[in-house]
Amino acid sequence: MNFSSVKNVRNGEVCSNESIPEHPYERFCEIIKLLCKNGSRPSSYNVLIESGQKKIFGCFVNESNGTIGLLKTPLTALELASVTPHIPALHLFERVIAEDHGLLFIDHPWLKPVRFPPKATSHKNNPKVSIGKMSYFSVEGDQIHEVAVGPVHAGIIEPGHFRFQCSGEEVLHLEISLGYQHRGILPRIASKKPTHILRYLEVTAGDTSIGHAMAGAMALESLMHVKTPARAQVLRGVALELERCANHIGDLGALSGDAGYMPTSSFCGRIRGDFLNLTALLCGNRFGRSLIVVGGTRFDGDELRVQTFLSKLNAAEKDFLNATELIWSSASVTSRFEQAGVLAHSDCIELGIVGVAARASGCVRDVRGDFPSGIYQYTHIPTSTHNKGDVFSRAFVRWLEVIQSITFIREQLTLLPKGPILDSGVHKLTENSVVVSMVEGWRGEICHVAHTNSTGELSAYSITDPSFHNWLGLALAMRNQQISDFPLCNKSFNLSYCGHDL
Amino acid sequence: MIKALQARLFQKHRTMSFPVADDNLPDRFKGKPIFDSNTCSACSTKGCISVCPTNALQLKDTKLSIDIGRCIFCTECVDVCEKKSIYFTKNYAVAASCKQDLIIVEKAAARLESLLPSHIKKIFGRSFKLRQVSAGGCNACEADINVLNTPGFDLNRFGIALVASPRHADGLIITGPVTHNMLTALLKTYSAIPDPKIVIACGACAISGGLFSDTAESHNGVLPILPVDLFIPGCPPHPLTILDGLLWLLNKSLYHPKSSHKPH
Repeated sequence: MNFSSVKNVRNGEVCSNESIPEHPYERFCEIIKLLCKNGSRPSSYNVLIESGQKKIFGCFVNESNGTIGLLKTPLTALELASVTPHIPALHLFERVIAEDHGLLFIDHPWLKPVRFPPKATSHKNNPKVSIGKMSYFSVEGDQIHEVAVGPVHAGIIEPGHFRFQCSGEEVLHLEISLGYQHRGILPRIASKKPTHILRYLEVTAGDTSIGHAMAGAMALESLMHVKTPARAQVLRGVALELERCANHIGDLGALSGDAGYMPTSSFCGRIRGDFLNLTALLCGNRFGRSLIVVGGTRFDGDELRVQTFLSKLNAAEKDFLNATELIWSSASVTSRFEQAGVLAHSDCIELGIVGVAARASGCVRDVRGDFPSGIYQYTHIPTSTHNKGDVFSRAFVRWLEVIQSITFIREQLTLLPKGPILDSGVHKLTENSVVVSMVEGWRGEICHVAHTNSTGELSAYSITDPSFHNWLGLALAMRNQQISDFPLCNKSFNLSYCGHDL
Repeated sequence: MIKALQARLFQKHRTMSFPVADDNLPDRFKGKPIFDSNTCSACSTKGCISVCPTNALQLKDTKLSIDIGRCIFCTECVDVCEKKSIYFTKNYAVAASCKQDLIIVEKAAARLESLLPSHIKKIFGRSFKLRQVSAGGCNACEADINVLNTPGFDLNRFGIALVASPRHADGLIITGPVTHNMLTALLKTYSAIPDPKIVIACGACAISGGLFSDTAESHNGVLPILPVDLFIPGCPPHPLTILDGLLWLLNKSLYHPKSSHKPH
């Protein structure tokens, strides 16, 4: 592969449209196969329109050297050879492209709709089906039974459909069919003014408001050549780690609840709220809504506020450690967690699994360390991993991460740099450019790609939520498990429905 | 076992009393907005109207109004108002029976009574079970409904519970703008609830479509798909706003907002 096959950029680095190599589809496929053979994986793989022509834009990241490889290919036919058999991590990306643009990927193992947009165009050999009314993967035999769950679930969670093929208690296969949450967020973003874009990103996955807003802010700031003040970078980092703490603590509580252990479940339910309230102390909203703006943050942390914050953080940390140590010292809980829902390391690599799920299967993969941006360029948070790939590992990695994040927050706020929190100048977006912006949200890698046209307007925007990579990981982890373990396994992944459906 | 008991003592009793006074909320909390008609001259710049991401601010006969059923409480309008005529108080009691009551013109009017017929209030007064359906909700409204089940809020002490089956429910609490793809499931869930039944729209999306209004993929909230008895504004509403709304619907909220004054 020669150097002109792929344009290598860093996280948040702007490059011009022309600098991204364009290849005919066959050559494009050869290059991306080679990239993945050499340790890259797809972070984003979408269709955009460039001077009236549809093109597939691929974004392949490589942790070993921190580079993001960009390349594109014009869409010249309605039937293309699928790359999924060679790069399984592309399976869902190809399905989305097929659904949105009426394409057929030949030899794709399972070319089904993903988000069921009401206005979808379909290829004549792959007719349109409406949501909930399609055939699912099925296993046949006298001893086989099927369990269908959703879209409305028993709990207070988002909608999605789950089809289990079971032999007695044992799950042979689980098919997860989503799309119920599809709100058409991407076309909304491309047509909005930059100040409003972040408000949409905050509701892309409401529990990851900070993560998505941070990725969007970085993309726009790079395109505007805005230098975000150091103080704002620190405050953003603090908010991102608070979001991680709150969600991980909620999950640890919910996991012990699913294992039937109520003390940790009820303590963590409240302690999660203590962390959300710390975010509210910074900006008034428990989810950090409208904290992040293009150019910095809207709210500052004055000295008195920081002191109050730190004393509340210390109290919440003590409560957290006290509540969660009960899990690790209760054999009834740990034995329930161990060997449940194992996701193999090799599956993580093949499917491009990200975040806690990957790290719990021994993949050292963390945007904060691999592709650092913002405050993470100056402060390193150790990556927490475990190697069993089961519910225990995922719970344990969450626990370790909460401890690391609290340490980070305390250090950063104690040494909060002085200066402004906002670069409020009015800047134009650079014309004909592309930027890839990645953030390690609490679920894993968030990847935003922004494109501008010749007049300096956003022409395309794509979002890849970590859940998009990880849902199939949950399906694989359920194979040969008892169906009664599903709630526990599901909670240990805790993936986003709306982040997937967009 | 002994460790669990020690932890129980350490974690203490943390259920909050209700109503919670406004003063206990964070100083930057954003509750009910108010216009100061003495200073707001509906100025020519009208920055507040154009800066709003959900078109919550409207100008009618030189009078500004803000629709908190659309508002996502981002307070961009506060930042651009040169005369500081708009401000958000810490009053978290913003739920209402009619969509019209969510439109705030000038000073906030006194709180109205819930319009639920008194015999229905009587039926559900001591035991009120709700089924939650997310129809495009981003998981923030869902999370802040869920949190009412934690010991901190302890929803059950008020005789209100969130249940798993619509057959066990007295009503629906809906989040999200009602996506095209969730419409059938929502209607089926509604029809599975025995009469009489209550419908609650929780959050800006469920009330007006919020950020997703007028799109092909979503409806503009629960109305007119289903009749709505209670609207709970916010993006997402604070858990106390939801709790107060549920109690107010049944004439049980004792909360009287103190802070109608301008924050510092």
